[in-house]
Parts: sequence; structure tokens; C-alpha cells
Amino acid sequence: MAALDSLDRRLIDAYQRDLPLCERPFAAMAERLGTSEAEVIERLQALQHDQVLSRVGPVFDHARAGASLLAAVAVPEAERDRVAAAINRSPGVNHNYLREHDFNLWFVMTAADELQLEARLEALEEELGYAVLRLPMVAAYHIDLGFPIPWDELETP
Amino acid sequence: MNGLISTATATFTATAFRASACPERLRSLLERGLPLTERPWRALAEQCGMSESEVLVWVERWQREGLIKRLGLVVRHHALGMRANAMVVWDLPDAAVAEVGRQLAAEPAVTLCYRRPRRLPAWPYNLFCMIHGARRERVLAALDGIVERHDLQDVPRRVLFSLKAYKQCGGRYTREKQP
Repeated sequence: MAALDSLDRRLIDAYQRDLPLCERPFAAMAERLGTSEAEVIERLQALQHDQVLSRVGPVFDHARAGASLLAAVAVPEAERDRVAAAINRSPGVNHNYLREHDFNLWFVMTAADELQLEARLEALEEELGYAVLRLPMVAAYHIDLGFPIPWDELETP
Repeated sequence: MNGLISTATATFTATAFRASACPERLRSLLERGLPLTERPWRALAEQCGMSESEVLVWVERWQREGLIKRLGLVVRHHALGMRANAMVVWDLPDAAVAEVGRQLAAEPAVTLCYRRPRRLPAWPYNLFCMIHGARRERVLAALDGIVERHDLQDVPRRVLFSLKAYKQCGGRYTREKQP
């Protein structure tokens, strides 16, 4: 794990949501955290560089932003990394995880609309040679607010 | 006179273009995140032919309308050391799934909770929730507590821990070309 100091943690704790919507958001954040705008920008750049942050910006609502669905394929272990790489290359794929199940590769496919989504899935299915399990969201019961990071738990060996 | 008309036409065309093409362009840029500079909105504005204040108005509107769920730091939990990421799937009677979904969503350990269709015979599960933690034992202990609190001992379930993240980034919903 990247070594994060107290300022990094306070940034993450305070700003997984409610980034100030103003001309100089990083200055506003710096003021609240008692540091400088340049320091905030530098920290965010470093966190992004170290892949602790995937980005600073909006999280769009999948259901409203376009079409998306959770998909899975069941792939023999010997084929796994090759198929995962092909999934990663496929346009519209964001998350792609290896999980403990016969359906072992789980990914989210996104597109501008349902038509493009299905076209992307069909193209991918053809390329992979495996059937893709399609699991669209029917209802969401949880609002994504960015959950608190359990820093203590992460430090326990 | 002719000059005036063509200027007016040009202005009208530019306005029509701005009303339709630019928000889409802005969204596409936003999916990749803010530039980390002093005036990030101005930098985006320059790239999509808007003013800084127009960009702020669009983002404020998308937040209000719910297109943007949250605006801030998007953390890669895996990189932080939160390696235990369990997708817990449940096979609930259709009549019970919404109620249980709401109960699970209210649990602090649950970070996402969705209903999805069954795909029989391969996939009988219709409720999905995510539990993140630093370690597997903690996640499983949290799950035990949830099962007990909501009387879910008899509901068939599977816990799919993630073993590896091949990819973790934001969605790409717009039709804009990737720069």
C-alpha cells in the first residue's frame, strides 16, 4: 500500500463527495484542511499517480448516464488472463475482476444506449468465444456516497 | 444588409451547436476526471468551447438532477490495501427481494446493493451486495452479523471474493471519441 500521511487521509475522508463547485475548488479544499492550494494539487496528483485515486471528478449514475450492466463469463484457468485482457480492451468496459466462482470474470460494460450496449456485448462474445452472462440492474437500494475508509483496519497486520 | 443576415445566421448556428454538442463533450471529458490544476473547470471549458461559468452551471444541474451521484475523489480501494472485496449474492423469493434489499443497503458494511435478474439454470441469484474490507475474516464476520440480524440463515447465498482487479475505472457512456 502507498504510504499515506495524515493530509492524504484527511483529503480522502473529506472529499469522496461534495468537492466544492467553484472556480478554484482546490483552494477551497486547502482552506478547510489548513494547507495551500499547491499542496492539495500536488497530493492529488501523487495519489492519482500512485493509483490510490482513479480520478477526481464526478461519479455518474449508471442508470441515467447511459446503459450499463454487470456481466460475467466462466473461463478455464489456463485461458483466464488472455480472456481478461481481451475484456479490458473491449470498448465500454470499466471494472473487471477475477472472482471465486465458476463464473470467474466479472465486468461492467457501459455504452451510450441499450442498442450500443448489446452490440458491444455481442461483439465481445464473438471475440471471446464464451457466452456472457448479462445481469442488468433491476433496482438499486443503496446510494453511493463513497464509504469511509477504515484506516485502523488497514494498519493492523 | 447581407453581411448582417449572415452574421445573425452564423450566431444562431453557433448557439444551436453550443446547446447540443457541448454538454456531451463536457460529460465525456468529465468521465476521465478533472485536470489537477488551479482552475480545472476553466481548463475543461476551453476544451469544449464553453465558458467556465457555463461548465459550472452544467455540473451543478447534473448534480441536482442526479445524473452525477457524487463529485469528489474516486478511490481505488484495492490500491489502498482494501483487498477483501466480496460480492455476496442471494437467491430470495421475488416477493421478499425489495424489502431485504433495503435492509441490506442500510447496513454500514454494505457499500452497494442491487436487484438483478436470475439467469436460470446457470445463475439463480437475484440480489447482489458488496462488502469491502481490509481482510477476508472481517468481511465474513460482518456478513455473519448481517445474516443473523435479518434472519437470512435459510436464504441460499454465495460469497464471491475478488482475487484480482484487472481493470477499475469510470464508465464511458458518451459517444465522443477517446482522446
